[in-house]
Amino acid sequence: MLTLENLSKHFGGVRAVDDVSLTISEGEIFGLIGPNGSGKSTIINLITGLYVPTAGKVTLDGWDLTAMAQHERTSVGVARTFQNIRLFGNLSVAQNLWVAQNGHEQRRAHFLSRWFKAGGEHAPDVEELLRFSQLHSKRDVQASALSFGEMRRLEMARALASNPRVLLLDEPAAGASLEDGQLLAERIRAVRDRGVTVLLIEHMMELVMGITDRIAVLNFGRKIAEGSPTEVQANEDVRAAYLGSSHKKEKLIHA
Amino acid sequence: MDFYFGLLQIFGVHTLLGLSAYVVLLTGQVSMAQAGFYAIGAYAAGACTAMFGMHILPAVLIAGLLTAVVACVVGFPALRVKGLMLVVATLAFGEMVRLFFFNLTWQVERGGEMVGPNGAEGFRSIRYFPENGWEIWQVTGFIWIIVAVIMVALWWVDRTRAGAVLRAVGHDETAAQSIGLNLTAVKVGAMTAGGFIAGIGGGIYAHTVTHIEHGVFGVLLATFAIAYPILGGLGSIFGTLIAVLFIQGFLIEGLRFMGDWRSLLFGALIVLAMNLRPTGLLGEHAPRLSQLFGRKTNDHDKSLELKEAE
Repeated sequence: MLTLENLSKHFGGVRAVDDVSLTISEGEIFGLIGPNGSGKSTIINLITGLYVPTAGKVTLDGWDLTAMAQHERTSVGVARTFQNIRLFGNLSVAQNLWVAQNGHEQRRAHFLSRWFKAGGEHAPDVEELLRFSQLHSKRDVQASALSFGEMRRLEMARALASNPRVLLLDEPAAGASLEDGQLLAERIRAVRDRGVTVLLIEHMMELVMGITDRIAVLNFGRKIAEGSPTEVQANEDVRAAYLGSSHKKEKLIHA
Repeated sequence: MDFYFGLLQIFGVHTLLGLSAYVVLLTGQVSMAQAGFYAIGAYAAGACTAMFGMHILPAVLIAGLLTAVVACVVGFPALRVKGLMLVVATLAFGEMVRLFFFNLTWQVERGGEMVGPNGAEGFRSIRYFPENGWEIWQVTGFIWIIVAVIMVALWWVDRTRAGAVLRAVGHDETAAQSIGLNLTAVKVGAMTAGGFIAGIGGGIYAHTVTHIEHGVFGVLLATFAIAYPILGGLGSIFGTLIAVLFIQGFLIEGLRFMGDWRSLLFGALIVLAMNLRPTGLLGEHAPRLSQLFGRKTNDHDKSLELKEAE
């Protein structure tokens, strides 16, 4: 469904993403892991269009995303959250969801009713998302006044407001405790059960190993492994990347 | 009495000028082009009535529409740059417009005399109101009806998705883009709407003073235009209105007895006001009108929760 073909992004001499190819299937929770600076966030920025790739392309069901403007990718079905939460702090919780209704179907509404009708923050799909993210009691609160966990929930709900086909989560558990991580896991499964494919970037290994169907591992911008959580955990290169190459040497000595 | 009506007229046209900058500022863009738009509206409306004998209403409307077109065209290249660069770019545009009218000579004969813009001399005899026997209170009423219409329209837009989107773009462009908003369309749309309002304001202004000349539409006016919404805050359009009353009414007219010392105090008072209320007089955290009148905003929510409990 979502395919990266030989995707590269170089910043000057730095190869942040180097010839990465991936295929994520429909309905999957796909994990993308790797040490800091291995190019995970860059890949999300390439998929959403914040960066222009140096080479390669990204397609979604055959649509060439890399040929589209950033805002057009939303109507094809791409949505994301940010590593450092980016909400509209000057708007209410419900308004944050309202402004994000830019999906394919939503765009087809009449121009006047889409832009110049008041009260859309009470629309059924906004209400449904408020319930889904357990923010209904906070609907009229300014987003900047939410707690950290509520902000994370709102940001994910905002990403879902355009009815995306694939949701890109950039470290949704950053700053969360292990218990929060478990709630987050349930939430991500619930998102998948809504029919949304999930690409998850995360450092919290308990979360990644627990919920993903498949995982790709990046190191220095290159893909070094891909497979099920158990396969990836057993992979020598992955262990070396995470634990340092001395781990490999030790193994050699013992062998 | 005429003096106070004159003052009310100044408040009216400056409110329109301030609101034009307010709309653009909502998207986070500081535009110094508003005085230029105001000038285009003034000359266009003046031409419509004085040179072509049109009624004031279509003249002002044409002035607004023409200025909106110019603002839209200017918006595309100008809004590619941000922050300080946009200030410089829009300032340059404003000066360009001013110099255009400084050089423009285009006169036609009406009733045995030549009327129309005459270069540095300006555009004289925009005498629609006196020629048609409008009393000063009628002119003042006319201005404030237009101001009221524009304010109601903006107040309505603020309740719609368009208003929320303008604020969203103003808060975080990266996030706005990530949720599928077309930044260029939103910003150019705001610029166009701002141009329309400034054009109408300028069109009315030309008729209240009957003589306009390029010097009025300089950097000082552009600074006033952007000072109103910044001082008033982006919480609501009434902030801009209050800022106009404060600056034009209190600082400029009220302190006239101080002579030249006024300008000094003027600056000091603005600095003081911004220090006391950094987000403007009616900033985004200011109480909304509905709260002031004791209406609770979450009634709807409570009834929903009750339903859920059942």
